[in-house]
Amino acid sequence: MKVDASSSGERISLLRVLGPGHVWALGVGIVLVGEYMGWNFAVGKGGAIAALIACWFAGLLYTCVAMIDSEVTSSVAAAGGQYAHAKHIVGPLMAFNVGLYLVFAYTMVEAANAITLGHLVQIVGVMAGFEDASDKPFIVLTIVFLAWLNYRGVYTTLTFSLVITAFAFVFICVLFVAVQPWSDAYIKHDQLLTGLPYGWLGVLAALHFGMWFYLGIEGTTQAAEEVRSPARALPLGTMTGIVTLLIASTMTWYICSGLMPWEYLGQSVTPLFDAARLTNSTLLMVLLFIGTIFSALASANCCINDASRAWFSMGRDRYLPQVFGAVHPKYRTPYRAIAFLVPVALVFAYFAPLDRVITFSILSGLLEYTFMALNVILFRRKWPLGSIKRSYVHPFHPWPAVILLVLCSATYVAVFLGYGTQLIAMMVFYIVASLWFALHRYKYVRRGEQFAMPWPRPVGY
Amino acid sequence: MNTFALLEYSAWGLSILLGLWMLVDMFRTDRSYSEDLLTSSREGEIEDASAVDPPQKRGAR
Repeated sequence: MKVDASSSGERISLLRVLGPGHVWALGVGIVLVGEYMGWNFAVGKGGAIAALIACWFAGLLYTCVAMIDSEVTSSVAAAGGQYAHAKHIVGPLMAFNVGLYLVFAYTMVEAANAITLGHLVQIVGVMAGFEDASDKPFIVLTIVFLAWLNYRGVYTTLTFSLVITAFAFVFICVLFVAVQPWSDAYIKHDQLLTGLPYGWLGVLAALHFGMWFYLGIEGTTQAAEEVRSPARALPLGTMTGIVTLLIASTMTWYICSGLMPWEYLGQSVTPLFDAARLTNSTLLMVLLFIGTIFSALASANCCINDASRAWFSMGRDRYLPQVFGAVHPKYRTPYRAIAFLVPVALVFAYFAPLDRVITFSILSGLLEYTFMALNVILFRRKWPLGSIKRSYVHPFHPWPAVILLVLCSATYVAVFLGYGTQLIAMMVFYIVASLWFALHRYKYVRRGEQFAMPWPRPVGY
Repeated sequence: MNTFALLEYSAWGLSILLGLWMLVDMFRTDRSYSEDLLTSSREGEIEDASAVDPPQKRGAR
């Protein structure tokens, strides 16, 4: 016999068990891998100083993202994050697109992390003398194991992320202290910083990979329905997360640019690990290798959490088939969304080249940030301060939104310089998906029921 | 067969095991609970949800 909702009068919701520490882990956990690898391609595009300028500009961009996110999420505390914001503030078509940006951005980053982990294990195998070592089984194991962990419950999943992310961050701090930034024993900035080898065009091009320092911090909003106190935990976790990343990215740049010439740093696969090797300390090498593994694992883990919440929310509102809106009665997780995205991530991790996967993710993220700037302007216009409850109000409105739009525009140019064809192909994909939604899928959407917030009518309606 | 090949086979085996576990659990859950109950979640609010959650046990089969 089946347990029925109508006979018992019960309903199932996601479990509210998370605290601000888990929110911090969700935001920083996705991103910290960008410090361990990836950011340094900005050095290759324009030199070490260009990478520092990109780090600052991207830091400003993401500080705006974190502030805007904190205000909107403290009012729209729903799984799906920016998808739910778009649904309530802009409309269904925007929400559908934002939902797709989120799912693709996170699933692509998950695939990229799994590829990286598999590659690292393969390198260890080859270094140990096993020439035929393959990365494929470890790529698959990473995705399936983390999906299983997510399936079994959010508390264990994000506590796991919290622990390994904290270790990965501490290892960067240990390396920073070990290279003695107060002396010139290791750090040689006076010899290695050589200006802008490609001029200001190099600085613009570096913006593309400068995003890696922070890409994914906005994922904290996905935990909205699972935190015990969303009004307090979400702004606190997000703001402490961006502060952590600003510190981590500055330390990372300082260490690596002071130890390696830009020509080498710009091509390094694992820059922090290489920096540890240059100190000739076995302990630091081991710590930074473990840190690299931990950061990639935490990132993939948090990506599964975020992508599945976005997919689940879209299913719950029938933007996608309703089956994806199911919650597991025992583990209280969106179990069908988690399971469905496993083969999607496997296909990308198995068959797509890493740089394409990463660029797909960056472009989806960029589209999402552009939406956020427009969204918060509409939010303040339709529901001015005092009209609804906000537990966090971001300062200097509308300047963060304006700065965000300007920086996003500059980054589009930077991406177009390197991956123009892919940018256009992706725009075509989202236009086709929008047509499918407007002409076919929208008739199934729960038009009235999807707006669950107890808000007054917006100004002007 | 060398040590690394054993590790690779273990990784494949564990992946298949965990994947099957999820599939079986999903199948059993879908059979034990009605679709209305499984999809009864509603969008969260800023205040703690007033949702009445089902007891932490499996339904009778």
